[in-house]
Amino acid sequence: MVTRGFVGRRQPPETGARLPPGQYLTDDFPILQIGPNPTVDLSTWRFTLREGARPIKSWSWQEFEALPRTAWHGDIHCVTKWSKFDTGWEGVSFDDLLADAATAAPTGYLLAESYDDYTTNVPVADLVGGRAMVATRYAGEPIHPDHGGPARLLVPHLYFWKSAKWLKGLRFTQTDTAGFWELRGYHMYGDPWREQRYLGD
Amino acid sequence: MSSAISVTEPIVFRWQPAEIIAIAPVTPWVKSFRLRCDLAHNYRAGQHVDVRLTAEDGYQAQRSYSIASVQDGSGTLELMVEALPDGEVSGWFSLCAEVGDRVELRGPIGGSFSWDGSDGGPLLLAAGGSGVVPLLAMLRRRVQAWPEIPAALIYSVRTRQEAIALPELERLDREGAGFDLHLATTRETGGRRIDAALVAGALLRLGRPEKVFICGSNRFVGAASDLIVAAGIAPGVIRTERFGG
Repeated sequence: MVTRGFVGRRQPPETGARLPPGQYLTDDFPILQIGPNPTVDLSTWRFTLREGARPIKSWSWQEFEALPRTAWHGDIHCVTKWSKFDTGWEGVSFDDLLADAATAAPTGYLLAESYDDYTTNVPVADLVGGRAMVATRYAGEPIHPDHGGPARLLVPHLYFWKSAKWLKGLRFTQTDTAGFWELRGYHMYGDPWREQRYLGD
Repeated sequence: MSSAISVTEPIVFRWQPAEIIAIAPVTPWVKSFRLRCDLAHNYRAGQHVDVRLTAEDGYQAQRSYSIASVQDGSGTLELMVEALPDGEVSGWFSLCAEVGDRVELRGPIGGSFSWDGSDGGPLLLAAGGSGVVPLLAMLRRRVQAWPEIPAALIYSVRTRQEAIALPELERLDREGAGFDLHLATTRETGGRRIDAALVAGALLRLGRPEKVFICGSNRFVGAASDLIVAAGIAPGVIRTERFGG
């Protein structure tokens, strides 16, 4: 349906090719979250892998920082329509977490769980093979609490609501179990290139 | 008599046509648009919609806008759009849109940032600039159906001239029916920013809020959340929504 008089602002081709459908480029780093930043104290911070209720392995901040490090550089896409190019993150890859826990993924799905009780679901296949990490640095610095520090999930090939802030653990689930936004009409998978913003997209 | 059965239907947001049926200036930078559309029959105060515009060659742009109105059976809803510098979609709304124009909408989106009287109160709202729009919808819902629930709005804005719906808010405040407006103008003589004293004053009159909604720029929402948490309000009752970078 054409909107009378709307022309729009076209991106240069090199930018347009990097923007998923319906997205626009921003130089800012917008902040979106459901409530206030939780208070997360590094001296009591723990990160826990669980299968259902059963803990598989848990790390203190010191132990976590001693794990092998991974860097990732690239573009991120938020379901609220902004994209940000050339972001740089560092942290511990999901593969390295599993290796340190001396386990294979016990199920095909998990829920990322945050200190503010936020949750989001991601298939394990989207985390392995270097596709995701628990990030503790952004642009070479510790991640600011506004952006999910001390540690957040980073799954850059999915809409950024999947990259849960203030991460406290990953819980393997038997089935693909909807998280906070997925229960409220957001897409279960969230691929920006297929514009999977909401259920039914 | 029907028994109470909880039915969870999957929420599916589909694009639907919407026609602009009225346009009115609100402030020098904000206009109100009343649109006729199907989703106007089912939304909660505080929710937003996605708006999509399509150019002749098929190019599309989408943005999210909060709903300012409450359901009133008219089959229409009100959006308020602030003209942003170089705004691709807001620019069309502020400079080009006319009554009779058609756009596409989908939603309502954002169930966690929404309120109805059955969610409880007292209700503490804090807004910066155009962040007041979804909170205005909550206050309108309160007037419409839940006037007994105490409410307060802390509204930070640069100047009175830029305050959205100020006559309506001041009238509600004057009528004294359980609502207080705490206006903080940041760029006027004798103005102030939101601070601990302002929050304490609002809480003193309101009592302990069961629901808190904060909306505005990053900086405003960060500052207001910190102040409200520092005043002893449980983070779990606070919901936030932020605009832009």
